Amino acid sequence: MARHSPSFYPEDDVVTIHIPATLRTYSGGRETVSVAGGSSLRQVFQRLDAECPGIIDRLTLDGDIHPAIAVFVNEEQISLGLIEPVPEDATIRLLPNVGGG
Amino acid sequence: MVATKEKQFRVIGTRPIRHDGADKVTGRAQYGTDFRMTGMLFGRVKRSPHAHAIIKRIDASRALALHGVKAVITAADLPPPTVGGGGPGPGGGGGPQGARFQMENFMASKKALYIGHPVAAVCATDAHVAEDALALIDVEYEVLTPVLDVREAMAEGAPILHEDLRTRDASPLASEPPADKPTNVASHTQYKLGDIEKGFAEAEVILEREFTTSMFHQGYLEPTNGAAEWSKDGHLTLWNSSQGPHNFRTQLAQMFRIPLSKVTVVPMEIGGGFGGKLFMHVEPLAAVLAQKTGKAVKMIVTREEVFESGPTSGTYVRVKYGAKKDGTITAGQAYMAYEAGAFPGSPLSGGMNGVFGSYKIPNILIDGYDVVVNKPKSAAYRAPGTPAGTFAGESLLNEMAQRLDIDPMELRIKNAAKDGDDRPWGGKWGVIGNLQVMEAMKNHPHYTSELQGENRGRGVSMGYWSNAGGETSASASVNGDGTVQLVLGAVDVAGTRASTAMQLAETIGIAAEDIWPKVVDTDSVGFTLLTGGSRTTFASGWAAYELGMEIRKRMVERAARIWECDAAAVTYGDDGIIRGPNDSEGKERKLSFKEIAAQLGRTGGSIEVGANVNKQTVGPSFGGHIVDVEVDKDTGKVQILRYTAFQDAGRAIHPGYVESQIQGGAVQGIGMALTEDYYWGADGRMQNASFLDYRMPTALDVPMIDTVIIEVPNPGHPYGVRGVAEVCIVPPLAALQTAVAEATGIHFTQVPMSPRVILEALLKDGD
Repeated sequence: MARHSPSFYPEDDVVTIHIPATLRTYSGGRETVSVAGGSSLRQVFQRLDAECPGIIDRLTLDGDIHPAIAVFVNEEQISLGLIEPVPEDATIRLLPNVGGG
Repeated sequence: MVATKEKQFRVIGTRPIRHDGADKVTGRAQYGTDFRMTGMLFGRVKRSPHAHAIIKRIDASRALALHGVKAVITAADLPPPTVGGGGPGPGGGGGPQGARFQMENFMASKKALYIGHPVAAVCATDAHVAEDALALIDVEYEVLTPVLDVREAMAEGAPILHEDLRTRDASPLASEPPADKPTNVASHTQYKLGDIEKGFAEAEVILEREFTTSMFHQGYLEPTNGAAEWSKDGHLTLWNSSQGPHNFRTQLAQMFRIPLSKVTVVPMEIGGGFGGKLFMHVEPLAAVLAQKTGKAVKMIVTREEVFESGPTSGTYVRVKYGAKKDGTITAGQAYMAYEAGAFPGSPLSGGMNGVFGSYKIPNILIDGYDVVVNKPKSAAYRAPGTPAGTFAGESLLNEMAQRLDIDPMELRIKNAAKDGDDRPWGGKWGVIGNLQVMEAMKNHPHYTSELQGENRGRGVSMGYWSNAGGETSASASVNGDGTVQLVLGAVDVAGTRASTAMQLAETIGIAAEDIWPKVVDTDSVGFTLLTGGSRTTFASGWAAYELGMEIRKRMVERAARIWECDAAAVTYGDDGIIRGPNDSEGKERKLSFKEIAAQLGRTGGSIEVGANVNKQTVGPSFGGHIVDVEVDKDTGKVQILRYTAFQDAGRAIHPGYVESQIQGGAVQGIGMALTEDYYWGADGRMQNASFLDYRMPTALDVPMIDTVIIEVPNPGHPYGVRGVAEVCIVPPLAALQTAVAEATGIHFTQVPMSPRVILEALLKDGD
């Protein structure tokens, strides 16, 4: 995937995504996948999908994060969906959403 | 008792009388079942008498001929399902079939999948006529073999509920299916931390046991209900009691393919929910009947129907622990199979998160399976899915303590998860009160006291619940006398009017009694998520704080106008006194909140502010319980002698309501542990669908539940709030299992440990 201007996305900006154990068929068994950073979670997911083809179909539904997934960026659960800004060198975790009672 | 109370607030930590209390104790409050409208019709549901059957034919002609019957609907009258979307259960059950499964749960089209599954609905001028009409709806079935047990449903050759279901369908994080063939296993999810084989190789003691839990019902007193009416221009209004009027509005708009602005949901007072009213039951059927007749249609289900809809999952859980002789846990493994009911979406993730949730274990492997069976669709129930998993994990940990000859609280403290440790399901803990709860338990007089007497035992257990945040809206307006109207989007199921008003009062420095909180319909406040997940005092509290800070700013501006000075020179004190620069004579200028409010009209008009928050800075909750019991070996009855519940509340806004939440959760957990059960006939019919026979604990069955509130403030909330309503139901099962084991010498691996179960085990054991 083409990158935007280098000044906007520094070359050393890498985002690390922890792949859930059950989705590692997409990552060839890798527990983490690092991709070039992006300004939004949508871009990060697109770059992840380039590394792990098909995984974006598991993570998104109807143009947003799948409602059954909770996404954590640097240990904080996000609230803005795919437009969530992703800081440089962030770590992303994908966890099942827990329904309350 | 509050263990670590800080005396720094004026309102928070006090115990004002709840604003809605007088209406509720005098019978003035209007619940969903109280709703009436002139000329409205009454609806009833025709339900399947078979747990698994093909619907061959439905003939409503005899029912329609009955005087007073206005309409009969079947699945063919429901709008076709939208594509995708969330499923009908607490686990979401999303995926490609989510919306279709939801519609099929509202009303079966081709197959009835559990006893009580709606197959038709009728409305009439009178509830009794509607009841009579049910018998006149003729349904022809081809009865199929049902599968009622989670392990049998997973076995090769089991009857299949959904021919198109594949193993990954219920969860986007599920593993790929082993084969493209029909299955009852809707998803397989796995948590992996460290190297499980290495962990067990390092262990000096390994224990493994299988545990099972029954289905349980939330037992809310008010049955599910809904009254719907369409205006001539196509506007749908629903009056009902639920935990999520805004979510219901969204689902109804999607279902009928109309704009959100064409749906109004009016929340009535709610007679209990505990998760069971997060999801729609008969409301869509009322809406379809109302659409068909052009009249308002009200539906209330019977208690038997309540039991036939929305229980929690029955489960099978196998847990294995490895530890060194010094008590260091080296490995934890769990296999967890949860019944989803007839459609995918059990609360599996709650169980997977909770089974080892309180501990730092370097090597963990958890496999979870969401499995459909011919039982009612499972719904959320207070800390959904977590009591079952924790029952297994904590019971086995107590047995491990016994085997290692280590005090069970010492074992827990040695392995306690602390701030910054790895969580079993990924990521790291933030600021948590887990260790503080454990230490409070270990040092409490209950734990340090000696339990004497025959046939007596003591048990302990920890529990974990994640809590939740999310979208919440509220608004506030300042009245001319200094009182404040607080408008809330979140339904109040547990005193959240008061806890939210108190946080606003604290922020602006007035009394809680000077604020009037009101829960309003979906036209009158912005989108607000469900009241569930122990999120409301946290999220509405955030909104109240933001409202309060905006009111402070506006009041400062008004004071500056009155004093004809720069607003930057005016300060708003936490005591609600607004101070300005000294006057020309050097005297201090100050006005109270009420004094400025009295001048709003001539300083710019009234003040009205709104807040829409979406906070995810949630603080998880940990709790622990200690229980002493005596077992009557002649009858198998367990008598609770003493019970103490400990919980980190972050900050107890209204300690009285926190205590009652802890007590209520503990009692519901006691019911799961000792008495509540679904008794199934071979045909899949519940044999005890009444409160007389479904034995929930009453005030006569439990002693005073002593509470200890620990306060480790959540740094993600202006007042440190953590949700308190759910973790309290998690520990009772294992605490009672261990107490009964100590009293009888028998390690029970199923709940409920009813008198029959205990007596049979004692007789088998030769005691």
